[in-house]
Amino acid sequence: MLLIYCPYCEEERSELEFRNGGDAHIARPTNIAEISDEEFEAYFFLRDNPKGVIFERWRHIHGCGRFFNAARDTVSDRFLTTYKAGEPKPNLDAAPETSATVETYEALEGAAQ
Amino acid sequence: MADQAIATRKVPLAGLRGGSHAAVLTPAAPAARIALRAGKDAVPALSAALGVTLPTRPKTSASTAKRHALWLGPDEWLVIDEDGAELMGAAASSGALHSAVDVSHRNMAIIVSGPGAEVAINSGCPQDLSLGLFPVGACSRTIFGKAEIVLLRTAEDTFRLECWRSFAPFVFGLLSEGAEDAAH
Repeated sequence: MLLIYCPYCEEERSELEFRNGGDAHIARPTNIAEISDEEFEAYFFLRDNPKGVIFERWRHIHGCGRFFNAARDTVSDRFLTTYKAGEPKPNLDAAPETSATVETYEALEGAAQ
Repeated sequence: MADQAIATRKVPLAGLRGGSHAAVLTPAAPAARIALRAGKDAVPALSAALGVTLPTRPKTSASTAKRHALWLGPDEWLVIDEDGAELMGAAASSGALHSAVDVSHRNMAIIVSGPGAEVAINSGCPQDLSLGLFPVGACSRTIFGKAEIVLLRTAEDTFRLECWRSFAPFVFGLLSEGAEDAAH
């Protein structure tokens, strides 16, 4: 079971208490009425879906109820860090790279003949 | 004239007893409860008006004789009065900006007590309930099976488990299974 650190409860809790809230740090355009349909589409619908580190919103719905942000590795599913909503993106350079250290289907694919 | 149908209020799990010798399950008596939301500035006034200090640390609670204030979130508390005292009026008399919702009849509580209480609750709840991490007085909103619950440890071997009344039969059933397992 995945343990997620809630920055408001200041404790690691089971993933069962949490719910994913999509990409984080998506700023709503201040001139929302003036932008074109294409710009609105890009803001509202289009997401990067990266392979590797992604910044996401999570909600501790069956706990304190708060939204917070998390940096997660989409390959290893490891949470690199979590931080309170409204705080800037943390610098992850200091954090260790995890996707290379975890055995995944993608990593083993080349060797499995 | 036709007979009038008189609706009587039915207490969930009325008269039910369950569990095992390791973990005894007892539905708690009806109590008054409010879901309280307020900012930092309002906490002192609300604490004075309610007669119990609203805790500001995660997973902590404060209790007087029959009244408990449970920290649920950074600006959210569940206040329980086992005597059924008027909590809405008390909160309103604080004069501070807050939101209070009377949830006395939304929730019901099950008292889980005995040496196997932790094991019985952990049958459906992923939290670490060992005394070091969840001491007497600790409280938390969490999940039990598919139902959201609020846990309060009232003694080393006793928990007060609050759940929504419509989930009560499910919670009681799953707890009974857990209590049986705890006896082995």
